Amino acid sequence: MNWQRFSFCLCTASSGCFVYKIIHFLATYCCKQNLVVTAWRLVFILNSSLKVLPALCLKKLHYIFINNEWHDSVSGKVFSTYNPATGEKICDVQEADKADVDKAVQAARLAFSLGSVWRKMDASERGRLLFKLANLVERDSAYLATLESLDTGKPFLSSFFVDLQGTIKTFRYFAGWADKIHGSTIPTDGEYFTLTRHEPIGVCGQIVPWNFPLVMTAWKLGPALSCGNTVVLKPAEQTPLTCLYIGALIKEAGFPPGVVNILPGYGPTAGAAIASHMGIDKVAFTGSTEVGKLIQEAAGKSNLKRVTLELGGKNPNIIFADADFELAVEQAHQGVFFNSGQCCTAGSRIFVEEPIYEEFVRRSVERAQRRTVGNPFDPTTEQGPQVSAEQQSRVLELIQSGITEGAKLECGGKAPPSKGFFVEPTVFSDVQDHMRIAKEEIFGPVQQIMKFKTIEEVIERANNTEYGLAAAVFTTDLNKAMNVSAALQAGTVWINCYNALSCQCPFGGFKMSGNGRELGEIGLKEYTEVKTITMKMSGKKS
Amino acid sequence: MAQNGTIENGLARNACPPPLPQPVKIPEIKHTKIFINNEWHTAIKGKTFPTINPATGVKICDVEEADKADVDEAVKAAKAAGQRGSEWRRMDASSRGGLLHRLADLLERERFVLATLESMDTGKPFLHAFFVDLDGSIKTLRYYAGWADKIHGKTMPVDENFVCFTKHEPVGVCGAIIPWNFPLLMFTWKIAPALACGNTVVIKPAEQTPLTALHVGALIKEAGFPPGVVNIVPGFGPTAGAAIASHMNIDKVAFTGSTEVGQLIKAAAAKSNLKRVTLELGGKNPCIVFADSDLQSAVEETQKGSFFNQGQACTAASRVYVEEPIYDEFVRLSVERAKNIAIGDPMEPRTSHGPQIDQHQFDKILELVASGKKEGATLECGGCAVEDRGLFIHPTIFSDVKDHMRIAKEEIFGPVQCIMKFKMQEEVIDRANSSQYGLTAAVFTRDVHRAMSVSAALEAGTVWVNCYNALHAQAPFGGFKMSGNGRELGEYALAEYTEVKAITIKLREQLTL
Repeated sequence: MNWQRFSFCLCTASSGCFVYKIIHFLATYCCKQNLVVTAWRLVFILNSSLKVLPALCLKKLHYIFINNEWHDSVSGKVFSTYNPATGEKICDVQEADKADVDKAVQAARLAFSLGSVWRKMDASERGRLLFKLANLVERDSAYLATLESLDTGKPFLSSFFVDLQGTIKTFRYFAGWADKIHGSTIPTDGEYFTLTRHEPIGVCGQIVPWNFPLVMTAWKLGPALSCGNTVVLKPAEQTPLTCLYIGALIKEAGFPPGVVNILPGYGPTAGAAIASHMGIDKVAFTGSTEVGKLIQEAAGKSNLKRVTLELGGKNPNIIFADADFELAVEQAHQGVFFNSGQCCTAGSRIFVEEPIYEEFVRRSVERAQRRTVGNPFDPTTEQGPQVSAEQQSRVLELIQSGITEGAKLECGGKAPPSKGFFVEPTVFSDVQDHMRIAKEEIFGPVQQIMKFKTIEEVIERANNTEYGLAAAVFTTDLNKAMNVSAALQAGTVWINCYNALSCQCPFGGFKMSGNGRELGEIGLKEYTEVKTITMKMSGKKS
Repeated sequence: MAQNGTIENGLARNACPPPLPQPVKIPEIKHTKIFINNEWHTAIKGKTFPTINPATGVKICDVEEADKADVDEAVKAAKAAGQRGSEWRRMDASSRGGLLHRLADLLERERFVLATLESMDTGKPFLHAFFVDLDGSIKTLRYYAGWADKIHGKTMPVDENFVCFTKHEPVGVCGAIIPWNFPLLMFTWKIAPALACGNTVVIKPAEQTPLTALHVGALIKEAGFPPGVVNIVPGFGPTAGAAIASHMNIDKVAFTGSTEVGQLIKAAAAKSNLKRVTLELGGKNPCIVFADSDLQSAVEETQKGSFFNQGQACTAASRVYVEEPIYDEFVRLSVERAKNIAIGDPMEPRTSHGPQIDQHQFDKILELVASGKKEGATLECGGCAVEDRGLFIHPTIFSDVKDHMRIAKEEIFGPVQCIMKFKMQEEVIDRANSSQYGLTAAVFTRDVHRAMSVSAALEAGTVWVNCYNALHAQAPFGGFKMSGNGRELGEYALAEYTEVKAITIKLREQLTL
């Protein structure tokens, strides 16, 4: 078991380090063996010693990663990243701005130039490198999960079992595609022969959010690298650490210099520089609809770079009276509260059929009240803090609007006394479609429960939004399931489940929830240019 | 059958080549038994057969001889492993891929041992085994590891109020019968797509070369495949092979070998349970060299195509058609080159030509060489055995070969290159296609028009332009006409290992779109 480098730093940095190493080893082992409780106890012990982590601050993780090397920012500026569970600073990170983006693009362009190591590499070898990257992430998964929880505030168990697994699987999945990206041959009319090649686009700018820093990094890097592009990636300023760690692993895996460049920084500076850069051929963004529009506009004004966007959602979750009730309550609960509600897929509009409405509200409130909020490194915690003070006050403001507009606050609604940015699990009933909490993306632990009577009515109401990311329907009736899923305007529809994402399936939004799709085979399309090669033939033969 | 090119390719990536790999000492052969349910079994009848090192004629070891009763046991195990609700059937597709990746890792770990074993058992030069056979095997496993969770069905916009979608499901128990010329590579060509699609396998290696397959059996267990998913039954064609082909509980059989036996397999499949059949059979592959081609490269590629693996390849370039203006020069250069081929101990790094596989093949080749002389072809070089060296045959070149001669029609499966003359493009296409076979073909020319029109006109499953034996895990391979049925490798192979199920659901009303 090898999570070496950093535990080694730790060992040299503090006494009692050997014990630390052993505990970490055991914790990783137990997690792998699904000995969750034991793992938890160990991790708890481990993390009570994590106070030393900021001091360590990961040697390299506060630099800009360009050309497989660590750089200071050109401007000399730094920014701080915080632990949202305590409000304490973790460390300072070099702040990339336009000048750094220029440097990174130059490196990425060089790595992509014709005849470069990367361009001459066999497709199967690209796959091998991605596969190796997955193995390295797996090797260091206990460490990465710890770091992810520290930087985002999400519970460690979630980090380990959801984020890390998702990251590893995504890299493996796209590793397999590298030498399976097929063009076709086409029986054109006339004396011609035509074939297509699916070629990499070039330098891809990628801007990822703070809610799933590692998973989003994998969703972006996986297909881009599989198709042979080079990348300039900006993690969110709130959560740059795990992404920078991936930089170290990229180098270790053996990717040529310049293929992946990572620039921690802010949206209006580094992000804007990426979106409007003349040397970037494609930009992929995951984040708010508001910023998504800016990105698309900047792409249009600069060089018409290709754009994929994965934006906000106000996702309807429709519960019919014939549904498996227990399952629906639990899935609806998890669907909205998962990751402290900070998911673009959050099921934030629950439409419940009239006959079961009262009971559904009662049970949902009961479940929300049982939800444990606290220290992400406490084994019993289900919900950590919001990512920042700003997000916390935004969520509380929207809760207030719900109360003012007349929705019934069933539970929660406040920030518990703490230095961290926590918000209580909150449930509203009697929510009307015109209220702000029914229309705006809250990105917090707030569940809106509405009532409906007929199938036509609920379809209409569910679709009556600018968003179209995900939707769910709970019913045991096959006809209802198929009909409603066909009628919903959403890129993903879950039937009797929620947040059932997998790297094999495409994901993305209708309407203003985005452009294009990520994951699955379709995800490759967004990272390739199709070239049609037509050859004059004399004397054609079929 | 050089997968992924040549030795040179394997080394090209490093500017300064590392020292050549060396064979390892194998004091004792570990795996000589029948592999069923991840366990080693002796033959039910108690019989064994010897496997011989063709370079020395010395017996390597005795191997348990599987017969019908052993095949029955293997099929029982495979059926149980593939049953609904079994560990294998419930496994995530991505985990199947993970297991195949792990197996590839293990082959890489054992690369030296496996290459040595392969060289001992087949007589092929160790470096060929190391760079071609092992490289190809590992890459094939990795390629299909990636496919496991990418085998997509479709949804269809059917008329009226129905919903229709397809699932590509495993076929079931797949029998596989593989030849002795590329034992390990053929083993992976069979099991990799079968396992990626979720089937279980009963595979019979050739009686001449069972050792690497059995060694991989141990690795399959180590990788963590559930018991019964892969079962290996070393034995003979008429007994164990026939039992597989006609078994009522085998759902599909894949065979690589002679056209003659391929016909028997297909007949047996039809007579028993109409099992699905894929066949990869013989070839008498035309290689067309135009006067405008790069002569040096054409000479080299066609000759490697003819003599690679001592000519024991279904892809062997055994009919070389050369355009009249360059014919004499082409023959001269070919002969010059053939005389420089290093024949010798397969374990020596400089050796590029080893022995034939066994006495039967050796005799057959020499008999065909004799027929060539008798029928009036000009023997330019070779044509006889290497003195005092058992099964070694000198690389042999015939010129002035006519299409009606036996050496121009029959698959020789030996180091014999037949060079014919042609004048017209139309003529050579007709002559090239005038064969029952249609496995591979090649065309050498600098003219892109000609390359396209000749490759379109040739009746062959694979056409190489300005190259030969350029096989890749990503590209489909298989024969037109009597060279086979179906395709191996690439995405196409997945179709041979899946049943498509169309699921149609009637709804109360049409979908509200």
